[in-house]
Amino acid sequence: MQASIQLPADPALQYLLRIGDTCLILAQRLGEWCGHAPVLEEDIALTNMALDLIGQARGVLTLAGQRITPLLDEDQLAFLRDERDYRNPTLAELPRGDFALTVLRNAMLSTWLKLMWERLRDSSDAELAGIAGKALKEARYHQQHAADWVVRLGDGTEESRRRSEAALAQLWPYAAELFEADAVDAAAEASGLGPSWPSLREPWLAEMAQILNEVHLKMPKQSGFRSTGSRGVHSEHMGFILAEMQYLQRTYPGGAW
Amino acid sequence: MNATLDATRAERAWAALDKVPDPEVPVLSVRDLGIVRDVLDHGDAIEVVLTPTYSGCPATEVIEQSVLDALHHAGLGPARVTLRRAPAWTTDWISEDGKRKLRDYGIAPPGPVAADGAVPMRIVGRRRSQLVPCPRCGSPRTEQLSAFGSTACKALYRCLACAEPFEYFKPL
Repeated sequence: MQASIQLPADPALQYLLRIGDTCLILAQRLGEWCGHAPVLEEDIALTNMALDLIGQARGVLTLAGQRITPLLDEDQLAFLRDERDYRNPTLAELPRGDFALTVLRNAMLSTWLKLMWERLRDSSDAELAGIAGKALKEARYHQQHAADWVVRLGDGTEESRRRSEAALAQLWPYAAELFEADAVDAAAEASGLGPSWPSLREPWLAEMAQILNEVHLKMPKQSGFRSTGSRGVHSEHMGFILAEMQYLQRTYPGGAW
Repeated sequence: MNATLDATRAERAWAALDKVPDPEVPVLSVRDLGIVRDVLDHGDAIEVVLTPTYSGCPATEVIEQSVLDALHHAGLGPARVTLRRAPAWTTDWISEDGKRKLRDYGIAPPGPVAADGAVPMRIVGRRRSQLVPCPRCGSPRTEQLSAFGSTACKALYRCLACAEPFEYFKPL
């Protein structure tokens, strides 16, 4: 059994992990659709997007690992941390649910990531800016795909409408976390590493409104609920996804294809 | 070291790279694809600078190895490959010859990427301004079946004239 790695309390590291882990954990959730999507084309689409996200996670986690002494590689960071050291917002880890929930979450997170990559192109870290330049192009395709499906299901049958509304009610409260400010966020903005998360809120709401208004899905009111995954305090679902993801590397340390 | 000899070695390396196929679309060489950004002769070693296509493209590592093998077999080693992320690869870097090869292979080549790459989100119902002619019969009457195909870089299309399905290399 491979022991867990310990991480230093470096705000820039935390900021990078929040982005890298969002890509990593969402990719793991999308990968669960492999062999289970409603049609073959969507099976392929969701796993293709998962692959893009894994690539993005790899780039960002490699960069994050270079901030740690002794240096850690992206695999060590992906597979050997304890739950509290994963920094993805809770939205990314929620169970995949039905197809309506999956495509709505993709719309919410791909829109957020797209806006994030746009801003990260101007990061003071040249390597991160380079990753963002590539990832942005991919995120645009992800957002388009998700938006198409939210509209198709929202404007489809009574059943698809009902499921779309249920997904919106379930997921929306988790969006607030995507725009929370804290010390990690403030440090990134001050150093020019990346944008403050609250600054993404207005453009995100505008793009989400464009999608939801098309099919008259009503944007829920903001609630007082705050999820806390980006601070390491996750939902009850996180342990399960990590158990599945980490099992091989923990059992067979350093195992490779 | 003589400058002419340097050029010769780099030129021979470029020529060797003409024969390194993309593992996913073997009709294209890595040069056609536009991912070879530079070949530098450092005297003791030759360096090939590659820019990856997609963040998660599983072909990247295969390509790196194929490049090293090709240079070794051409007697140009020792060689090394470095990756350059910025500027990000775009399908605009696929050569005209490469686009012709794609079409002949049955894959519709990518259209041009918008100046700043910023394609606004299109909502269903107002879309399909983009014409993707069928690579088999040339008809412009085609429709998208799925935005993602057998690899992340391609979409699935169908020709409404000759009824053949085909793949479209997405502009990126």
